[in-house]
Amino acid sequence: MSQSTSAMGNEKIKTSRRKFLKTATVLAGAAIGYSWLKSSQILLFAAEPKDESLPWYGIVIDIQKCIGCGNCAKACKNENDVPAEPFFFRTWIEQYTVKNDGSVNIVSPNGGIDGFKQTVPDEDIFKSFFVPKMCNHCAKSPCVQVCPVGATYVSPEGVALIDEKYCIGCRYCVQACPYGCRFIHPVKKVANKCTLCYHRLKKGLAPACMETCPTGARMYGNLRDKNSDLVKFLKEHTTQVLRPNLNTGSKLFYNALSSEVR
Amino acid sequence: MKFYVPPQIPRLALAFAIFITLFLVLRHFLVPDTFGKYGHYRAASLIDNAQPEIHYAGQQACFKCHQDIEDKKAQDVHSEIHCETCHGPGEKHVVSSKVEDILKPSGREFCGSCHIINAGKQKSAINQIDLNKHNVGKNCIECHNPHQPWEMKK
Repeated sequence: MSQSTSAMGNEKIKTSRRKFLKTATVLAGAAIGYSWLKSSQILLFAAEPKDESLPWYGIVIDIQKCIGCGNCAKACKNENDVPAEPFFFRTWIEQYTVKNDGSVNIVSPNGGIDGFKQTVPDEDIFKSFFVPKMCNHCAKSPCVQVCPVGATYVSPEGVALIDEKYCIGCRYCVQACPYGCRFIHPVKKVANKCTLCYHRLKKGLAPACMETCPTGARMYGNLRDKNSDLVKFLKEHTTQVLRPNLNTGSKLFYNALSSEVR
Repeated sequence: MKFYVPPQIPRLALAFAIFITLFLVLRHFLVPDTFGKYGHYRAASLIDNAQPEIHYAGQQACFKCHQDIEDKKAQDVHSEIHCETCHGPGEKHVVSSKVEDILKPSGREFCGSCHIINAGKQKSAINQIDLNKHNVGKNCIECHNPHQPWEMKK
């Protein structure tokens, strides 16, 4: 009885050693293979830019300063040659009005490009505020993840961009963006969205919406630079991103954001 | 000791080799040049995206010639407003001053686009005017200088 058990024990050790050696060889091979693949990115497109010398852009919108004049939306259309009609916007403004009875009235006539007329009488208003919307330039963009051809991407500066020559206009990204910031360009028939005026940033100029905002409600800056105005603002204020539950890594921070905003 | 290789294996291996080679050749021609340099996209697209011409020159470009306006503006509440907010995109005018496409808006509606009273605006953010009550029938710029709003004209 006892002999047979010890024999079985020996057998067990032998097989487990063989198994161990096998697994170790396979794992080592996989590790070496992976490191080789990683070095030749031509086969594995998972390179993450980690260039610390480049800025990593973030945006702040101060809701308390926004007056809903529509200059940002107007300037954006002028700067980026977005057709005035139909009403597609790279940036637009919404007015939220919380009434005394608790209901919320949200308006955005023509994207707020011509300003707002007060639609709710003063005596019914509990509070009211403007929310400018634009691309959140997410670090983990849903729109980038769904693109089937690699035509949309986050640039090394953290700006979500579109490769217009490569986009096939499948609209997958349009429905993937949880903030509704994308549209199909009515003339070019490819996806279009806010580029944070990438062409202006590269020339050292501010994005058109921030250049023309009369109250300075919009700010952009380098999140890597701990002394930038943007980082200082984020330290000094309680800011919030839209839909934090979706874990999009949004880099558009709103100051004084109400919970009514969707 | 000789391994027994089933006859279908070499044939299958050949088929796989041909398929993989074909795939790699096709891939070589189909994948654009700079694809994958920084990530899963065409690196040259970054250059494409930096190409478009600017329309808004930025107010530093305006102040190179219009120093007098900069000094005027600095003294009053409109100092933080950049020129092109009211005057429209000015890059063409900056490149050649002969191009006179600069907007010179006037009228109650234009000033009202910012200053009209609305419950959505914070009182601290801007002076708000009820256009139906404030000097009806008069143009804003008859009294206010847009560059220096509180330097009242007589």
